[in-house]
Formats: sequence, structure tokens, C-alpha cells
Amino acid sequence: MIARKYFSPVSKFISLCAVTLLSGCHSHMALLDPKGPIGAHEKSLIITSFTLMMIVVIPVFFLAFYLPWKYRASNKRAPYAPKWAHSTKIELLIWLVPALIIIVLSDVVWTSTHELSPFRPLASKKKPVNIEAVALDWKWLFIYPDQHIATVNHIEFPTGVPVNFRITSDTVMTSFFIPRLGSQIYAMAGMQTEDHLLADEPGVYTGLNSQFSGPGFSSMHFKAVATSREQFERWVARVKQTQTKLDLAALKQLEKPSEGDSATYYSDVVPHLFEHIIQKYMSANVTHKKTPA
Amino acid sequence: MLGKLTLSAIPYDNPIIMGAVAFSLLVAFGIAGAITYYGKWGYLWSEWLTSVDHKKIGVMYIILALVMLLRGFADAIMMRAQQAFSFGASHGYLPAEHFDQIFTAHGTIMIFFMAMPFLLGLMNVVVPLQIGARDVAFPALNSVSLWLTVVSAMLVMVSLGVGEFSQGGWTGYPPLTELHFSPGSGVDYWIWALQISGIGTTLTGLNFLITILKMRAPGMTLMRMPVFTWAALCTSILIIMAFPALTGTLAMLTLDRYAGMHFFTNAMGGNMMLYTNLLWVWGHPEVYILIIPAFGVFSEVVATFSGKRLFGYKSMVYATMAIAFLSFTVWLHHFFTMGAGPDVNAFFGITTMIIAVPTGVKVFNWLFTMYKGRVRFNQAMYWTIGFIVTFVIGGVSGVLLAIPGADFVFHNSEFLIAHFHNMLIPGALFGYFAGYTYWFPKAFGFRLNEKWGKRAFWAWLTGFYVAFMPLYVLGFMGMPRRLYHYSNPAWHPYLEVAAVGAVLVMLGIAFQVVQLIVSIKEREQTRDLTGDPWDGRTLEWAIASPAPFYNFAHIPQVQDLDALTDMKERQVIYKRPEKYEDIHMPKNTGVGFIMGVFAFLFGFAMVWHIWWLAIAGALAITGSIIARATTEDVDYYVPAAQVERTENERYRQLPSAAVYGGASEADDDTLVPAASA
Amino acid sequence: MTTDVLDSHLAANDSHGHDHGEAVSNTVFGFWIYIMTDCVLFATVFVGYVVLSHNYAGGPTGKELFDLPYAFGETLFLLFSSVTYGFAMLAMHTNNRKQVLIWLAVTFLLGLGFISMELHEFAGMITEGNGPDRSAFLSGFFTLVGTHGAHVSVGLLWMAVMMGQVMTKGLSTRVQSRLMRLSMFWHFLDVIWIGVFTVVYLMGVMA
Repeated sequence: MIARKYFSPVSKFISLCAVTLLSGCHSHMALLDPKGPIGAHEKSLIITSFTLMMIVVIPVFFLAFYLPWKYRASNKRAPYAPKWAHSTKIELLIWLVPALIIIVLSDVVWTSTHELSPFRPLASKKKPVNIEAVALDWKWLFIYPDQHIATVNHIEFPTGVPVNFRITSDTVMTSFFIPRLGSQIYAMAGMQTEDHLLADEPGVYTGLNSQFSGPGFSSMHFKAVATSREQFERWVARVKQTQTKLDLAALKQLEKPSEGDSATYYSDVVPHLFEHIIQKYMSANVTHKKTPA
Repeated sequence: MLGKLTLSAIPYDNPIIMGAVAFSLLVAFGIAGAITYYGKWGYLWSEWLTSVDHKKIGVMYIILALVMLLRGFADAIMMRAQQAFSFGASHGYLPAEHFDQIFTAHGTIMIFFMAMPFLLGLMNVVVPLQIGARDVAFPALNSVSLWLTVVSAMLVMVSLGVGEFSQGGWTGYPPLTELHFSPGSGVDYWIWALQISGIGTTLTGLNFLITILKMRAPGMTLMRMPVFTWAALCTSILIIMAFPALTGTLAMLTLDRYAGMHFFTNAMGGNMMLYTNLLWVWGHPEVYILIIPAFGVFSEVVATFSGKRLFGYKSMVYATMAIAFLSFTVWLHHFFTMGAGPDVNAFFGITTMIIAVPTGVKVFNWLFTMYKGRVRFNQAMYWTIGFIVTFVIGGVSGVLLAIPGADFVFHNSEFLIAHFHNMLIPGALFGYFAGYTYWFPKAFGFRLNEKWGKRAFWAWLTGFYVAFMPLYVLGFMGMPRRLYHYSNPAWHPYLEVAAVGAVLVMLGIAFQVVQLIVSIKEREQTRDLTGDPWDGRTLEWAIASPAPFYNFAHIPQVQDLDALTDMKERQVIYKRPEKYEDIHMPKNTGVGFIMGVFAFLFGFAMVWHIWWLAIAGALAITGSIIARATTEDVDYYVPAAQVERTENERYRQLPSAAVYGGASEADDDTLVPAASA
Repeated sequence: MTTDVLDSHLAANDSHGHDHGEAVSNTVFGFWIYIMTDCVLFATVFVGYVVLSHNYAGGPTGKELFDLPYAFGETLFLLFSSVTYGFAMLAMHTNNRKQVLIWLAVTFLLGLGFISMELHEFAGMITEGNGPDRSAFLSGFFTLVGTHGAHVSVGLLWMAVMMGQVMTKGLSTRVQSRLMRLSMFWHFLDVIWIGVFTVVYLMGVMA
């Protein structure tokens, strides 16, 4: 009994692993249970490359156990060839097989990197939703430029419609990431990056900053809600009724460091606020326009 | 007078920090007291602190590494405990600011003050012996390098009790580490500790490059160098090419913080992406600086304990060189998510994956070395086999991270943490441990206890798996790194398990401490009288254990890759030379230690803006250099008679020892009879 | 970087080996490697400057700030100092101690002239409000040119020490070896300056 109690965390872990493996896609595995095409593509990319690598890994595992066992010093029946140290055949094999796998993987990398580039808009007949995301200490500000509304730590968008994010930071370097939907991208002051995502299924997904950004970093996450088109329109209408406007004074208030902010809504936004936030850091830059490398 | 330094810099109100400070002080005073009690200050000064003997310098590096391993591990277990507790309503036992310092300190210490001293220590002890040299090319410079590293580690330790350490992560990304976001002394401690130790490391790289290229025994061509020496050569080249870039980058950050410049600031035209690029231009080669020497250790261990030549020596050498070269072409893979175009990302993804090819070749070479061998399961061999199996898993996760599309979801997650610990614990640290047990008899004359060594191995290995496999899973769950608190209930059990893993690793460390104590106690039973306890294949095993301070009474003539095995076969080993000659040796000097002290004062003064002391420190360093440069009395001759006495003592012991290999079958007269002494 | 430079200098004394000839060749080889590390350092600072070279942040541009003839004057000082150092080395090979001292003194004065001109240029810019904190471009400029200047200053200090050694110790093997390494260092700084002059001043004025 004592031993059992002692090892309980370990056995818990083993059973956890077993559940994970058996159920294939554990529902908590955000990356193995994606809710959009980008995430799904990334999942299949991971699985394909993993499988390819097994061609080398499985023989290594086998040899790593078999060879020392077979040629243990006590096994006098095993052949002993202390001078044998070269074999052109084996050398060719151990250089070429990994090289071939890497060549195949390189092709996969080249195409997938282009297809999955966060800057690449998603092909769709539907009109995309535009959202501008601004990293603040330690919360996310979202501006819907077409709907003229803004929110803090909460976004909604319809399913099946591409969502185009334009991202910047009003503080240190951060990284914008909704694990269930796929690709993350850095947010940097004075610069704009982009992310193009799409949700297939309705649901409430966690979004976060994955790049450490100071004491409040742990609480810097937001809710990303994928709903139907109608519900989205209703949500926008509700936000518009809040009667608070996001102007420069309100922005200044928001820029003050804070943690664990609850979702906040703004019925109206001064035009081009996103550009203003970028320009703040660039205005002094007369001749040089910074773009991500 | 004291710059920014006031009494309020000491965190009286934090019981955890004050406890750690009190403990460190207690240990320090305890050691100082013991030295005083036994009257060993003079011995310490003349035999160790001022020593330019590469073996002693190596031992001191490794002592530093082991001490800092304890400190770095204390940080690790605090993090694991915090993440195991700090879930939902509970916020654990650490405030965010403290947790952030701990993970920064953990990374900084483990890389700069544990791994670097450990591998430099092994290089110091082993390389001159393997190439048949009497010392490194510049022995006093070697001592300077050591002390610059030691005082930098001290600077990090001082930050515990005076001020704070950086909260910016071990990579110190601006703008977070700029004055505006990190006004405290922490980032400055981090900067100066890295700057001072970085200069020491650069000088070591230079020293070993020259030593290996210019001071090999006659007959030892490049393609007859032992693989560990090759590894040391590649590491030295990487250090020379990479560390000055770190120096330059940190200097720019320093100027931002101290002179109001705008290299990496948000405003006034600064560009944080410049820092990210430059840091990783150093940072990626640094990974190979850490791991290539460990590869070298594994190569030596696997050949020795398989009783066989290393399979594919040439492949091994080319693979090492290829890895060293490629390590400069992959830095961008540390930030695929910074917004580079797909062409650039794909290019760096592919170059990164190419490194997997020579690395894979190495793994196969180790495996085929065991093929048709006689594998003896010494503890060094345990570390090696444990490494091979575990390292492959890290390789797989590494290739996954090298694919930009996959990195877009793995970046900054616990998956990444699992990956690089998977490379650095089995890859680098297990290699250092293997080297530590393998060469221990050469440094001290007796072997380390096998039983406790194997217990430590099993605790470390299982501890590693239990601590880090859950982190891979957490990566798949989308958990980012560096969280001091979280509310996702699905993560919690995995973090609890990881904490158990850390406890197992702690057990492993405890076993290593026990191993050391037991080994010292039982040293008479494990004394290495032959100088060749493992049936070694390379020159370091041709001389006595512990190695005499002049290493080789006669510089050996090398005729084969496995120089010693070849000598055993030709039965020329253990033959007493007809006569001895005077040996030219460098004199001990305090210049390294003294410069270290001044460098410490300089660094501390810079952290706290105590300008007069900083200027005084800089002037004192310059003065010591000039003083040293005008000293002509730097070397002396060991008389042949003294060499003969030392060597005779060894030949007297030989017959009573069980001598391995060819010598045991050799004629009796190759061994010097006891009577001749 | 002070330590870097002179540490290698310090290495001179330490090399020991099978004979002194080899020791000298080790130190010379070691110094070459040191120069390589310095090249990497300069490369880093160059990259910093080039990346930021157009980030004026509303401040002055290179075109407005740089006085090409003045910078060319500095260049001449440094180039001539390299030539005069060459004369010192020629004198060393003929074992002419007095001439060595004279040429070293001339070199020293030329180097001092270069540094004085540079400091004067810096002081002028700072008093006009165009110091290194004005813009990222100026941070890069002051750091790159300043790093070179710091190296030249260390070279001058080294040269002063060497003049002392030539006076007190004569042209011993060790002193000669040190003079040779200082020569390498001095010419290296010349080459770096050509890069600085081209990238910073020429391209800055043309841009």
C-alpha cells in the first residue's frame, strides 16, 4: 500500500499517457484537435514529418538496445573484431538514408512554409472579418475597423469566414497565438505583422501571448469566440450599445499596466487608431519605414 | 559614493531569498573556516589559486560547474514546485517577479556557469594529455580565463542578496530588458556576468585552438587526433567565431541602458529585431559549443568500453566539422514567428534539418562501434547508452521545430522547453558526467564508485523522462513557457508529474554527492596504479594517475590514431627511457586571480553605477596586464633528477598493478623492477 | 575590449614549449586568432550601424553631419602612422634601437592626432545636441567609430609601454615579438578604419 501511494503520481502519469495514446486525439490537446484549416494543416504536417523520421529512429532504438546486449563483454560467443572500424556500405547507408529523408522533408518544408505563411490571406468566397490586435501590458486590445468597435481580451467572429489579423504592440515584444486555430506571430512596437486564421467549428477558444513580456505575462490571454454569422452580427450590435468610446484618452488609460482585465467593450473607436499606435513609435523616423524582416 | 547602491537593495523582507543567502554564506564561511583551521590558505594560494597547470585549472572549472549545478538545480526545482502549485485559485508560493528572476537565473547559470565551465574544465584536463603536450599554449592566460569565469559566477550569486537578478529571460530580449521596462539592477548583473565570463571564454577558445594546432606530439597528424580533441578544436573555433558577437551585442544593450542609446528601443529608430538576430548568431553556435565536446566524450567512452576502434573515424570528424559549420547558418530558426517571409523561413528550416544528417551519422557511428566489440558496462557507458536513446527523441522534436509550419504552433511553448532540455541534459550534461567519471582517475589517481554512479544514472534518467515528457504533452496542449500561474485544469496533472521528475533528478544529484564522498573514503581500494584503469586507447592513459605536473617525461612519438593501443601492441609502452632531460615549465602566477578580483569589482561597480570604483577596477586590470607584460621571470626548468625520481616511483608501482592490454603480455623486462628505484 | 587586446599581449610571456622560437611563433599565431575575434566584434558593430543607418528619428542625417575633408584628414593621420610604424619595424630588423624609438614616437604622435580629431568631432556633435542618444543612427555611428577609437587608444597605450620597454630592455627577442604583434594590431586598425571611412563617411555623404 505504501509503495502504491508513493508511486501514485507516476502511475497517474502512465495512465494519462495511455489515455492520450488510446484516444488518439485527446480533447485537451489543442494542437492535435485543431478547429480550423491552418491548425489542421499544421497538425498533419507534424504527423507526416514525425512518421518520416521513424524510418531512422526505430532502427536506432533497436540497435541501441540490441548491440550493447549482444556484444556485452561476458558474451564470449559473440564475434570480436577490435580493428574493424570501417565499412563503406554502412557509411553510405548512414549518410544517405538520413539525407534522403531530409530531402523529402525539405520539399515538405518549402511548400508548407509558403502555404502556411501567416501573411498569406486565406482563399475564400466569403468576405473576411478584419481585426486589429494590439498587445498592451498585460492585455490585448482588439479593434474591428469595419464595425468601428473595439474590445479588450475578447473577440468574436463567424465560423467559416477568414479572419484577417493585423497585429502590433504598444509595449514589449509579444506573440499573438490562438492554439486551436494555428499559427502564432510576434507583435512588435512600430511594426505590423499579420495572421490569417479561420474557425470551422463554433466554440470558445483561448488566445494568448506566448512570448514572455514581464510580471503580468501569465494573465495575458483572451477569449476567441467563433459563432454563426447571425450571432456575430447580434454581438456587434450589443457592443455598439455600450456607449463608451475608445479615444486617445481612453487608450492612454488602457496603456497603464494591469493584470487580469475582464472583457471590455467600446461602441466606437477613433478612426485609424491602429495606425496611430504604430506611428507613435515611427513618427520620429523620417525617412525609414520599418517593415518586418 | 556608492552609486545606486543603498541598504534597500537587500531583500530583507523575502524569507526565501534571505534563506538562500544565509545558506550560501554559511557554506562559504564554513569552507573558509575549515581552510583556516587546517592552515591551508598558503597551500590553496600556491598550489591552486595561482596555478597555471592545465589539470588544476580544469579541476577548478569543474568544481565551479558542480557548485553552480546545485544552484541552477535549486532554481529548477523551485520552478517545478511553483508550476505544480500555482493553479486556479492558488498562486503558489512565489510572486511573479521572483519566479521571473528564477527562470532567468536558471537558464543563465546552467548555460554560462554550469555547462561552459564543465566542458572547458574537461577540455583543460584532457586535451593537453591527449595530444602529448606539457601544458596549453598560454598557461597564464588560461588562469585569467578561469578567474574571469569564476568571478562572473560570483556576480550572479551576489545578485541573490544585493539587488535582484534579471527578469528578462536568459536570452534577455529587448525592449523588455531596456531601461524603460527593466529599471532595476537585475539586467545589469546579467549583462556584466555574461560580458566578463564571455571574454574569459573567448580567450580559452583562442588558447585551445593554438594548443591543438601547434602543440601536438610528433607524429600526431590532424587525422590521428583523438575524437575528443577534434571536438575541442571545433568548439574552440566556434567560440572564437561566436562569442565576440555576443560581446558586441551585449555592449549595444549596455549602451542603450547606460548611455541612453537607441539600438533596440521601441522608439527613436531602435530595432529589437537586430538584437534577436545578433543574439542567435552567437546563440545557435553556442548550443554546439556545449554539445560537441560531449559528443567527443561519448566517442572516447564508447570506443574504450567496447574494446574497439571507433567506427568511421573520418565520418565522425567530417560530421563534427559539418555541424560546426552549419551551426552558423541556422540562427533564424529561433524566431520563425517574427514575421520573415516564407522564402527566408523555409531556407533556414531546411538548413536546420540538414544538421540532423551529420548528427544522425554520429549516432550510427557510436552504435556500430559496439558492433563486434566487447562492451563493458562501466558507469560512463551507462551515461552513453542512456544518451543515445534519449537524444534521438530530442532529435525528432528538433526536426519538428525546424519546420516553420510546425514551429508556428510549437514556438514559445512547453514543447520547446522539453526539446532543448532533451538535447542539453542527455546530450551535453550526460556527456560531461561520462567524462567526469571517465577521466576522474587521471586527475585524482583513483576511480569513482561504480554502484553509486549507476544509481545516480538511473535516478537522472528516469527523472529526466518523468520531468520532461509531460512538457512535450503540455506543448501539444498549447501551454506557453514561463507561466508563473495558469488556470487550465488539463495542464495541472502533467505539471505535478514534472515536479516528481525534478525530485527524482534531485535524488540523482544526491547520489552523485554520496558517490564522491564514498569514493574519497574508499580511495585506497580503487587507486589507479597503472595510469590506465579502463584499457584506454589514447595518450592520456600512457602516463601515471594522477598525471605528474609536467605530464610527459618524454614527449611520445605517435604512429597511429589510437596511439596508446598501438603502443601496447608494439609493446613499447611502460618502457623506461634511458635518461631523463630537464623539462621547461611555466611558473605559477597570481595575475589571473588578481585580475579576476579586479574584474569582479569592476562588474559590481558598473551594476551599481559606482563610477570611481569602476574606473579604479579598469585601471587596476590594465595595470596588472602591463605589469605581467614586463615580467620576464615566467618559466623555469624541472631538473632531470626530479623527473627521474617521480617517474621511478611510478615504475615501482606498476608490477603490483594489473596492467591492461599489450603490456600484460609483454616481457617482464619492459617493466622496471621495484629494486631499480 | 581593453582586456582582450592586452591579454593577448600578456600571452607573450607565457608561451613556453620546446624552445623559444616555437613560443614566439605560438604567440604570433595566437595574436592572429585574437585579431580574428576582433574582426567578428567589428562585424557585429558594423551590422548594428548598417541596419540602423537610416533610422534618423527626425534627427540629422549623415549627409548633414559628416565633414568629408575632415574625416579624410583623420584617415591620412592613420595611414601615415601605419607607414611610420613600418619604418620602426625596418629599424628593428637592423637592430637600430634609437631609430625604432624615433619612429615609434612619430607613430604615436600621428595616432594621437587621429584620436584628437575624432574626439573633437564627437564633442562638436554632442554639443550641437546630436549625441548618441539622439537617434538609432547616431547610436550606431558613435558606437562603431567609438569602438575603433577605443582600439586605437589601447594601441597608443601599448605603444607607450613598448617605447618604455625598448628603452629599458633593448630589442630582446620578447620585445621584438611584442613589437611585431603591435604592428599587426596597428595595421589591422588601419584596415578597419578604411571600412569605417567607406561605410560611414563616404556612403553617408553620398546617400
